[in-house]
Order: sequence, then structure tokens, then C-alpha cells
Amino acid sequence: MPPREGIYGLLAEFNTPGELVHATEEAHRAGYRRMECYTPYPVEQAAEALHFHQTRVPLVCLLGGLMGVTTAFLMETWINVWAYPLNIAGRPLFSWPAFIIPAYEWTILFAGFSAALGMIALNGLPQLYHPVFNAPNFRNGATTDKFFLCLEAVDPKFSLSETRAFLEQFPAVSVVEVDH
Amino acid sequence: MATKGPMQDPSVDPVIDPMIDPRTGEYAVIAPGHNFKSVTQKIAGIVLTSNTPLGWFFGLIVAAGVTMGLVIGCTWLFLKGVGIWGVTIPGAWGFAIINFVWWIGIGHAGTLISAILLLFKQTWRNSINRFAEAMTIFAVVCAGTFPLIHVGRPWLAYWLFPYPNTMNVWPQFRSPLAWDVFAVSTYASISIIFWYIGMIPDFGTLRDRATMPAAKYFYGMLSLGWRGSTRHWIRYESASLLLAGLSTPLVLSVHTVISFDFAVAALAGWHTTIFPPYFVAGAVYSGFAMVLTLAIPIRKFYHMEDLVTLRHLDNMAKVMLATGSIVAYGYGMEVFMAWYSASHWEFFMMWNRMFGPMGWAYWILILTNIAIPLTTLWSRKLRVNVTFLFILSLIVNTGMWFERFVIVVTSLYREYLPSSWGTYRATKWDYMIYVGTMGLFTFLFFLFVRFLPMIPMSEIRMMLPQTKVTPGGANAETISQEES
Repeated sequence: MPPREGIYGLLAEFNTPGELVHATEEAHRAGYRRMECYTPYPVEQAAEALHFHQTRVPLVCLLGGLMGVTTAFLMETWINVWAYPLNIAGRPLFSWPAFIIPAYEWTILFAGFSAALGMIALNGLPQLYHPVFNAPNFRNGATTDKFFLCLEAVDPKFSLSETRAFLEQFPAVSVVEVDH
Repeated sequence: MATKGPMQDPSVDPVIDPMIDPRTGEYAVIAPGHNFKSVTQKIAGIVLTSNTPLGWFFGLIVAAGVTMGLVIGCTWLFLKGVGIWGVTIPGAWGFAIINFVWWIGIGHAGTLISAILLLFKQTWRNSINRFAEAMTIFAVVCAGTFPLIHVGRPWLAYWLFPYPNTMNVWPQFRSPLAWDVFAVSTYASISIIFWYIGMIPDFGTLRDRATMPAAKYFYGMLSLGWRGSTRHWIRYESASLLLAGLSTPLVLSVHTVISFDFAVAALAGWHTTIFPPYFVAGAVYSGFAMVLTLAIPIRKFYHMEDLVTLRHLDNMAKVMLATGSIVAYGYGMEVFMAWYSASHWEFFMMWNRMFGPMGWAYWILILTNIAIPLTTLWSRKLRVNVTFLFILSLIVNTGMWFERFVIVVTSLYREYLPSSWGTYRATKWDYMIYVGTMGLFTFLFFLFVRFLPMIPMSEIRMMLPQTKVTPGGANAETISQEES
């Protein structure tokens, strides 16, 4: 995908999570929708201010787990009943209680991989390039001790001068333009 | 968790130690005065420094030397076969199984710390979970080596896995040994993915703080482009919780399945129903001992006393006390059932275990696993005595190895028919390979502390007082000034 031209958004830097959450709440109230917070650790209140609650990670995990138990149980049944039947001291070929243990392990294996890889996929990772990395101050603090709010240019309410004025009313350390 | 002692009353004993919270008398989980930046600098500094401590090189070389024992031992084993070991009939299960069960048990504390304590919202786990998880993975690597090399023809070990092959031979799923393959391989896979997922935000931090191009590239690739977006964090937290929820039954099931290797056999001393919980408790016991064995030198060497505090050591010692008591109950129950079941074989097995030719192993086990730890760990003074805890952790690790030795050997070498009695004697190759895996474990651990963040920075940040979100966005520091 060729890089897009122009402005990606305006990035405001804050010193404390409280200031960030406050600014995000105000931005939502002012009608901004396409925005994102960047924090060095999970800030639940920021997610609430963004009105982002639902994730599909648990659903992906559940589906993975169901797939794991089905795969393992059917595989064991097929192997020990049809593909390679062995008579061990007259035990039934379909020894389902014994099959449960590997099936249980594969439930966890598939569910765990679904949760982890599902999270990565839903987050759109790996994505080694992102416009916010262009901001000069972002890499200095976003993963250490600073809190960022980015109002994105795709938002219909976005206008460079008005949005900048809006962001500057908060005690932001800086408000910078982020290019694509 | 209030604690007794003179520290509890600040008016009597004004706080001399800044690590003790004057209100509760408890040790702090993080030393006061830390902020986001100082925590990050402290942890990232170990990884990103261009000034590797000489002690690290020394340790790595020593560990590599010990690992050569494993390499040489395995080479000779592959050339000559398992006859170079002490295994024979009737003692067909020797060091390979003992070491396998011992190593995999050590891994369990890592998963317990990262999963069960996360679900129980025990925030003190945050400082120790990363290297406990690393310990899990390296212990599983060492554990996995033994089943692979003891199958007789190790180059055919992949036959254990169900895969389509031209011979049309498939695994036997009624056998606990096939269950083992599934349990251990799942455990290894889930532990690795849990560990890696936990490190992604920290890799982002390291990428941003690295100055050398190679380090930037390395951590940049590993971080997958993590940028700390709030939506990402919510999904990330959700995935972490799910992984913790999945690992919790997993860690319990792995050692349960391993205990089935014994419990499904019809042999006195092996087919007892107490085995699954008793094995799991023993695993957690030895695992916490190993966390202490690793944490105490590391916190000293890297000056991590303000992140891995006496509170952590104290709490881990308490977990050891609890799990050690469960293990003691297990031993008691074995003896009781040998008498109460009125089974001649069971009774003889227990008598032989205690007073037979290998009775010394049983009494070492009782001394190191029960007598010493369970009498001393009740004392808070000893629980926060770092030197004592370190020595004790080594004692418990020895004790848990002897537990597996006693279970495997003393049941097997004198079973039902006296005409088929024999004995078991480990050879130098047994010892060489066993010590070699310790070298491998240490070697991997040295690499880990140098190149990966050994304490999760993002989770430590969450525990700092600055994380308090105040209405209206007032500065957290001004609020705390107003409060005081």
C-alpha cells in the first residue's frame, strides 16, 4: 500500500493519565469519534472515555477451544477405532474416557493460540509502520511515561485550526501534527 | 494481611526502613520514590547497556561448560544406547523419569505465578512473573529432553506424535505416555506464547529506548509495532486474562497427567488416588523453591532490591509453606493407606521404602522436604532472611528430587515377586546428563536476563501511585500533596 499523503491527525501529549482521560472525555463530548489514546500501560478509564468496551478476543478464544476439543476427539476416535485398532486386554476400541485427556489438552492449546493470535490479528499487528511514530516526541515517551491523545484527520469534525485550538485548552505538554 | 512484630506500631518503632509501610508494618511491593521513568530505566538499562557486567560472562561460560556434560552424555548415549545408564530390569525407570518429573515440576511455579495469581489479582506477582515464566520454559526444555532421549532410539521420538506416515502406525491413546506427549507439548507451547505476549509492550519500550541500530531492529521486530494504543491494550488485557484462565487448569492437568504415568500402573506405591493433587502440590513447592534460587542472586547482582522486595520473598515462602504442608499430608497419607488398606504389598512397599536398602533416600527426603522447611518457614524473621531462604530453596529442590527418586526407584526394584527383585544404581552417565541439564537451564537463563526484560515494565508501571486517574484530570502529584 503506497503511503498516503497529508495529515494523519493531531497528537496531544500529557504528563498524567488523569489529564489524558479528561481530554478524551471532552473530545468525545465535543463530537470527535475517530481518536485514539496511547499509554505506556493499560488505562481502563481511557477506554471508557473512548467508549470502547467490547472486544472479540473471548469469542475467538471460545471458537478455538471448541475447534481443539472436536479435532482432538475425532482424531483419537478415528485413529484408535478405524485407522489402527489395537486390542489391548479386551478394552473397547472406543475408549472415550481415555480420549478425553488429550482432547482436553488440545482444547487449551487451540484456545490459547486463538486468544493470543486473535488478539494480535484484531489489533492489526504486526504493523511496523504507523503514522504516530512520525511524531518527534512519540517514541520518547509513549512506551515510557507519557500519555498521548490523537484526534485523527479522517474524523468529519476534524479541522486543523479548530481541533488544535480545542486540544490546546487542556494542559497538554505539546500538540503536534502527525503526517502519514 | 497484617503482620505481627515490633514494626507494626510506628510510635514505638519509628520507621527506620523505608521499605516498611508505617500503616501496615508490611514490606512494600515497590520501594518508594519510583516513577514511570525510573522503573523503565532500571529494567531497560540491564538489557540495553553496552557495558555487560563481567560476572555475566563468567556465569555464562561456567554454565556453558556444565552444559557440555549434557552434550557429551547425549552423544555417548546415542552411540551406545541406554545401556550406559543404570536402568535395567526391574529398575527400568531411572534418572530419566526422575529428572523429567523433577524438571517439569519446577516449571509449575512460573505458570502459577503468571496465571493463578493474576486471576486472584495478586499484584505482587508483577515483579517476579517474567523470570518465573522464563524459568518455566527453560525447565520444560530440560524436562522434555529426558523423554526424548530415553525412548531408546531418540531419532524416532517423533513417532510419539500423531502424523500420517507410510507405515500407517498411529499412537495409542489409551496409554498415559501418549497423554504425556499432549500435556507436555501443550504446556510448552502455551507457556511460550504467554511469555511472548507478555513481553510485546516491553519490546516496544526497548525498541524506543535502544540506541544501537541492531538492538532497535531486533526489539522492533519482536514488538510487532506495538504502540500502546488503548484499544490494543484492552484486547491485550483480555487475551492475557484468557491465557491465564486457560493456563490455570493446564498447569494442574500437566502434573496430574504425569502422575497418571505412575497411577495407572498396577504397582504398590504407584496406583494411589492421591497422586494427582500430591504431585501438583509438590511441583508448586519445588517451583517456588527454584524461583527463590534464581530471584535471590539476581536481585542482588542487578540491585533489584527495590522491585523484588522482601515482601515478594516472604510471600513466596508462605506459598512454599502451604504447598509443603500439602506434600507432607501426601506422605502421611501414603503411610496411612499402606497400613489401613491392609494390603500386604502396600505395607511391604512402605516398610521397604523406609527401612530397606534405599531407606536413606526416604529419610533424606523427609529431612529436606518436610523437617527443615516446615519447621522454619513459620518464622517471619527467617522468611525475610535472604541468605536463609536461598539455602532453604536449595534444600527443598534437593528434597523434591529425592521425592521423585523414592517414588520411582523404591516401588520398582522390589515389586511383587521376590525372585525378580533387583536394585538400581545410577551410572556416571546418568549424573553427567542430569548435571548437564542444570547447566543448560542456567545457560538459557543467563541469556534471558541479558537480552530480554526480566521484570515486566508495563505491569510494574500499573502499580505505581502515579497511575491514579483523578476526575477532571488534576495532576496526581498535586493531589497526593493536598492529601498529606
